[in-house]
Amino acid sequence: MIPNRSSGPTGSTTGSAAMFCGHCGVPSDGGDSPASDVHHRCGERLAMEPPRYCAACRRRMKVQVTPLGWTAECSRHGVLAP
Amino acid sequence: MTMQPDLEANPGTILETARTQVLEQGIGLSESQLVEILRLPDRDLPAALQIAHEVRLRHCGEDVEVEGIISIKTGGCPEDCHFCSQSGLFDSPVRGVWLDIPELVKAAKETAATGATEFCIVAAVRGPDIKLMNQIKFAIDRINEAVDINIACSLGMLTQRQVDQLAAWGVHRYNHNLETARSYFPEVVTTHSYEERLDTCNMVKAAGMELCCGALIGMGESLEQRAELAAQLAALEPHEVPLNFLNPRPGTPLENQGIMDGKDALRAIAAFRLAMPRTVLRYAGGRELTLGDLGTRQGLRGGINAIIVGNYLTTLGRPADADLNLLVELNMPIKELQKTL
Repeated sequence: MIPNRSSGPTGSTTGSAAMFCGHCGVPSDGGDSPASDVHHRCGERLAMEPPRYCAACRRRMKVQVTPLGWTAECSRHGVLAP
Repeated sequence: MTMQPDLEANPGTILETARTQVLEQGIGLSESQLVEILRLPDRDLPAALQIAHEVRLRHCGEDVEVEGIISIKTGGCPEDCHFCSQSGLFDSPVRGVWLDIPELVKAAKETAATGATEFCIVAAVRGPDIKLMNQIKFAIDRINEAVDINIACSLGMLTQRQVDQLAAWGVHRYNHNLETARSYFPEVVTTHSYEERLDTCNMVKAAGMELCCGALIGMGESLEQRAELAAQLAALEPHEVPLNFLNPRPGTPLENQGIMDGKDALRAIAAFRLAMPRTVLRYAGGRELTLGDLGTRQGLRGGINAIIVGNYLTTLGRPADADLNLLVELNMPIKELQKTL
């Protein structure tokens, strides 16, 4: 477990390449489609909700939202916090 | 959402009726009158909001009630509410998770520090089982030991025994939303009925707890159904109505429903206030998307007298400071705890 890592603007972990979008779970480069088409609203959405997918492995994370914060936990890559 | 101010209510119009009937006499508008409010042209919207604001000031006062909400059990719900990302029946990215009691108490303290007087504990369930009820009892005791704040709960449909238990434990307000009009409900929920929701609401009131019973608009209902919902809520006489605007969630049946028009949302705020002149009318989920910053201000000057501070159950709200500073700017004092007891 890597505790208390902070998230970047796309829900990725600081210091690691964002392989997957934290909002939709699709590869950050868009896969077979242009990233601008696939993720055109994901950044905007991630300003209003926590990431649901681990940016490193695409696992769905356990997310807990509280009135003044949130955490998102990947079973393999640890806990993200704002 | 810039609107030209036209604050005069012409004799014989619905706005003049609202001024006489609701503002002066304190009698909420009927369903057919609410349809007229919801159909007002844009040029009349500022006047409608102005009257709704005056109604709020006269019948509720200038205070704004602030609340924090938190999910003690997220996801995995067996119900199929088509707007909800926490249903276990949809392909939603929301995973099941339980919050432990120390974290819950910490959140209650943080919420109280914002000036909030309400802390609502929510669980994504059809209704609570014994395990959840025991956790709620334990949580209430720990929160009461740690912080002065009113505790509300939202645990789905209740039995009479559970209603009595929550009342005895000191839960002063219980949330159970109607969500939409009776005539539209089967389009949104199929795993339980409108009547089942009403049953819980009525039991809560009979037990002496305050009833918080809300609406979620923008799900494809007609204006007539929006008015129907406001009238049905008014008939229920809840202490509080949280007003939600659909935030279409990925994986839910309503994920492709568009975000409702901001002016329609403001018309709905005015209509709900004019239907329920004395009810706490709270901004709840979706307002950031639907109204933005300008619309948020207009709603606070158009009938709203309560907010949820900070985040929602699975999505983020405006930063708490932004809303609290806005209340200062609008010269709207936060309701103090002793006034709510």
